[in-house]
Amino acid sequence: MSGVLLRGFGWRHAGRRAWAVRGVDLRVEAGERVLLLGPSGAGKSTLLSALAGLLPEDSGEQEGTVEIDGLDPRKARERVGIVFQDPETQLVMARCGDDVAFGLENRGVPAGEIWPRVDEALHRVGFPYSRDRNTAALSGGEQQRLALAGALALRPGLLLLDEPTANLDPAGATLVRRAVAGALDADTTLILVEHRVAEALPLVDRVVVLEPGGGVRADGPPGEVFATHGAALAAEGVWVPGHPIAPRPATATPGELLLTAEGLGLPPRLGATDLGVRAGEALAVRGPNGAGKSTLALLLGGLLRPGTGRVTASAELAGADRRTPPHRWRAPALARRIGSVFQDPEHQFVTSTVFDELALGPRRTGQPEAAVNDTVAGLLDRLRLDRLAAANPYTLSGGEARRLSVATALATAPRLLICDEPTFGQDRRTWRELVDLFADLRDAGHGVVTVTHDVDFVAALADRTVTLERP
Amino acid sequence: MISIEPVAAPGAPLARRNPVAKVAAALVFSFTLLATLDPVAPAIAIAVELAVLPLFGIRYRVLARRAWPLLVSAAGILITLVLFAADRSGRVLLDVGPVLVTTGVLLTALGLVLRVLAVALPGVIVFATTDPTDLADALIQNAKAPARFAIGALAAFRLVPLLGQEWQMISMARRARGVDAGRNPVAKLRLFTSTAFALLVGAIRRGTRLAVAMDARGFDAGTPRTVARRQPFTRADTLLIAAAAALAATALTTSILVGTFRPLIG
Repeated sequence: MSGVLLRGFGWRHAGRRAWAVRGVDLRVEAGERVLLLGPSGAGKSTLLSALAGLLPEDSGEQEGTVEIDGLDPRKARERVGIVFQDPETQLVMARCGDDVAFGLENRGVPAGEIWPRVDEALHRVGFPYSRDRNTAALSGGEQQRLALAGALALRPGLLLLDEPTANLDPAGATLVRRAVAGALDADTTLILVEHRVAEALPLVDRVVVLEPGGGVRADGPPGEVFATHGAALAAEGVWVPGHPIAPRPATATPGELLLTAEGLGLPPRLGATDLGVRAGEALAVRGPNGAGKSTLALLLGGLLRPGTGRVTASAELAGADRRTPPHRWRAPALARRIGSVFQDPEHQFVTSTVFDELALGPRRTGQPEAAVNDTVAGLLDRLRLDRLAAANPYTLSGGEARRLSVATALATAPRLLICDEPTFGQDRRTWRELVDLFADLRDAGHGVVTVTHDVDFVAALADRTVTLERP
Repeated sequence: MISIEPVAAPGAPLARRNPVAKVAAALVFSFTLLATLDPVAPAIAIAVELAVLPLFGIRYRVLARRAWPLLVSAAGILITLVLFAADRSGRVLLDVGPVLVTTGVLLTALGLVLRVLAVALPGVIVFATTDPTDLADALIQNAKAPARFAIGALAAFRLVPLLGQEWQMISMARRARGVDAGRNPVAKLRLFTSTAFALLVGAIRRGTRLAVAMDARGFDAGTPRTVARRQPFTRADTLLIAAAAALAATALTTSILVGTFRPLIG
């Protein structure tokens, strides 16, 4: 049971001009359940790191004070547990039981107590497997449950959750939220950062909104906070319940076929699939984890050689390469015709500034420099990246990186765009911009294929849905 | 990629031995053999290694599959030496154009290949029968290795298989961006370098995140760690090391007795 007290707290990472978080006054009593909200860049994650004692004194500059039960958080680490966003980089050991035991070993818990406490923690999060299960064989949702068990085994007085479901599909996110709801007892203080407010509300009794420029904008019971600040928060990108986004159905009937897949598959990842994509059509591909959705996106994008069947591009799309399938086209020709947006934006970055990143495709496809500059300027403006033209792509926030990765694919004006989970973990504002962007492309006669778990995105954009089964 | 998961039946009498004892036995055995350049001692050693294989719970077919890179490199050494060795003494066995194979050449080549196999096999056997977690535990508990190093390496190791997938992803993402090398070798090298750099950047970021998550669970707390999994070091483990030393010594003695012994130094 731990309480938190912040007085004028601020933190600036070493080497940065701007404060990540500043002027925060906040008292959280023991046993409270707090949802911490704020637009991207308000410093929510930095604040959680500070509470977890994970900001070493020499890694930046501090203002004001932060205390856990009256102690410096760096000295109160054993009172705090934290679960991060990415399951892959939180699990330490190869076997599930060993992973939960890892924290207990570090804290010097007597050997005789370790395994009973491991079992208790696994039971609290509803973990369905034995201690010997391989951690690599778990789904993302199961891995996050295990990470939660690892934090709970240490019996923290304060539990911090930093967007624990942002990297998960809906089924996995539900698993984790249920585990959190079931595992919390009256003694644990909870501070949760989460974009998806509707899903998080059952877990909390208080909402705190951080102001991007510094300070706390609002603080109180969820109903009151959203009645006053809901509309503003929704406009800034927070997923506030009761603020639906208008769908963008097609304005015209689809045109000619651009790409056809016949019996297309890649055993064992994807079974034989038939589909066609038309110009002026937004096609959604859905299906459970392991159905091969990402593989299908790579095959349609001409990035993987099909194991079975074939991909045929229409004469209009294929241009001079009419006789060869897309996976055998040279890369510059491919980029001009079919654009691919990967799930992880960072995989696609090649250069060291946002400007060069956008200019790369047009330069590669042989456009004159004046046309390149025009294309880049248009995209920077359109995707709200103009202030970041000189920034390194690897330093962008999640939403900025996503917008840049979509913009790079559009820079070569491909007729067909294929996106893998473009809305994953995105805030409401970026999400809405993506819907509008893809809808505009479709209405201008491009084909858009999105592989996605996001039901709302499908409802807002897709004209047609293809559902894959597990092979 | 060479698989690192153990493949042995875990209950086999020698597979169950303490991992540190197995590593020590393998090192003692291999290092003793390095002392000679003749083919007899390694031949005996290989016979011993193959004979104890069932005690480690490894089937011969499984070993062949696991050790194929080793066999390929051994064959490579054999061919290279037979074709290019300077020493052409002994009886001529084959004389086809520039290729001249003599008994002297064949004996030297065979000796070297047997040495490579005899020295490398114990390592293959140890890693085929040892779970990496058990090895890290034993290194900490029995060899007094620092936990920060052993557990840190173990955690980093878990991320290695991801690198292969990541490489494929980055390569495909570059192709989607219109970047390829075609047939130009300079462009190929540049693409390889930039892909490797992107892979490295990603690996460092993941490593940093993992390190923070580990510290959040008290890895850097400085309190004395306890152990959840005991790795006992028993008399049987001491015996295993002693037996390895004795068997290697026997192989060397035999080679001295039959007169083929050629010391590495001198």
